[in-house]
Amino acid sequence: MSYITNLKCKECGQEYPVAPLHVCETCFGPLEVGYDYAKIRAAISREKIESRPRNLWRYRELLPVDGEAEAGPHSGFTPLVHCKRLGAELGMKHLYVKDDTVNHPTLSYKDRVVSVAITKAREFGFTTVSCASTGNLATAVAAHAARAGLKCFIFMPEGVEAGKIVGSTIYGAQVITIRGNYDDVNRLCSEIADKYGWAFVNINLRPYYTEGAKTFGFEVAEQLGWKLPDHIVVPTAGGTILPKVAKAFKELKEVGLVKGPEFKIYSAQAAGSAPVIHALHKGVDLITPVKPDTIAKSIAIGNPADGYYVLRAVRESGGWGDSATDPEIIEAIKLLARTEGIFAEPAGGTTLAVALKLIKQGRIKPDETTVVSITGNGYKTLEAVAGAIERPFVIDARLGEFDALFERLGDGKRAAASA
Amino acid sequence: MAVRVRVPTPLRRFTGGEGEVPAEGSSIRQVIEDLEKRHAGIRERLLDDKGEIRRFVNIYLNGDDVRFLDSLNSKVKDGDDISIVPAIAGGV
Repeated sequence: MSYITNLKCKECGQEYPVAPLHVCETCFGPLEVGYDYAKIRAAISREKIESRPRNLWRYRELLPVDGEAEAGPHSGFTPLVHCKRLGAELGMKHLYVKDDTVNHPTLSYKDRVVSVAITKAREFGFTTVSCASTGNLATAVAAHAARAGLKCFIFMPEGVEAGKIVGSTIYGAQVITIRGNYDDVNRLCSEIADKYGWAFVNINLRPYYTEGAKTFGFEVAEQLGWKLPDHIVVPTAGGTILPKVAKAFKELKEVGLVKGPEFKIYSAQAAGSAPVIHALHKGVDLITPVKPDTIAKSIAIGNPADGYYVLRAVRESGGWGDSATDPEIIEAIKLLARTEGIFAEPAGGTTLAVALKLIKQGRIKPDETTVVSITGNGYKTLEAVAGAIERPFVIDARLGEFDALFERLGDGKRAAASA
Repeated sequence: MAVRVRVPTPLRRFTGGEGEVPAEGSSIRQVIEDLEKRHAGIRERLLDDKGEIRRFVNIYLNGDDVRFLDSLNSKVKDGDDISIVPAIAGGV
């Protein structure tokens, strides 16, 4: 049962049939999936959703597929962690982390969008799937393609973290690295998509793929007890997830699953790749591309295709945004790890670092419900923080040496007193 | 200056299905004007009503986004490689 009505250009409104198309032939604007919300409203309820398995397909009426899920049967429904220790440090009572570091099976938010894209690729009859990716997306496409039995080609820029290359090749995907940055990879892949007729999840399947990002927002609302947060901070690279989280919140209201006050949404970028934040702070619509330079490689996109829609969603909601420097990103990764036991990749460090700024600026108040979106796992980017953590002490295997060391560390007295 | 221009699928109905077409000009703007002469209708797909490159259109000159060069005034040499590519998303 499908609730999709058509594809529609976000710029000029031209309508298209449901097909593997991604840009408007008239103005090159991106295409967006349209739904019959009245029909969805009649078909869906909180109880019905809650009775379903704990994965992203529990919101299937609001996803752009016709039949059964062909990918991601265990993806999504990641924890919404109430951060009591981190909150106490920041004076925040209702601070949450939406923790996609543990998304199944590849430990990032990309498992959501790829589950939807691969399902759609099968519906359209594709046999080869592909993507242009800085890493997390590549890993997700490779893993989901393997499980779905599809051939897979992955294109990434040279210089991404080594683990991410291994993390795609291991699934049997053919990995090709491109001399150049992410924008160069994107350009080449658009040309390959045209010529070879493959399903590029973030090119010709983009309208469907991006819809998967809404599940991040659906889950946040459900996990808050079918309420929207006062504030949600979301990272921005190409600009996919932020507008889709905003869309998810609006859809939940539209179909009657959520009532009550509005949310504010905030964009977080790394200072070394912050074209959207520059435009936001200058109060302009035009996003001037930059050459990215940051440790946060998964969000190092200098020419964000959907950046304009990030600006629009942020402004519409009354939210804001900021950027974080590499040292701020590393500090935030360490802070989250040491207070909540969650190890985020640099994109997550960026989001938390920006949340800290917004709290300091008084834009987010201590008693307001705030969600920090953590979209990827730090175990994949150990290189980014390896130089910034304490080295271990080396001692001989003698108790006396440990006693002396423990004394030196200054914790000796406390330990003896509590013994 | 004679150049080759790679054209994405959505624009190929203007080029008789061709994915790569010849054009002439000494700047990107002139190349677009020349394309318009050869394939009427293509200019308004690339440029907005103010004559600027549309928000979702990227034009690459020898692999570099012309927005990083001199935009429509970027100089073009004989044999240069020009690609027209719709903006696409990646990352988060």
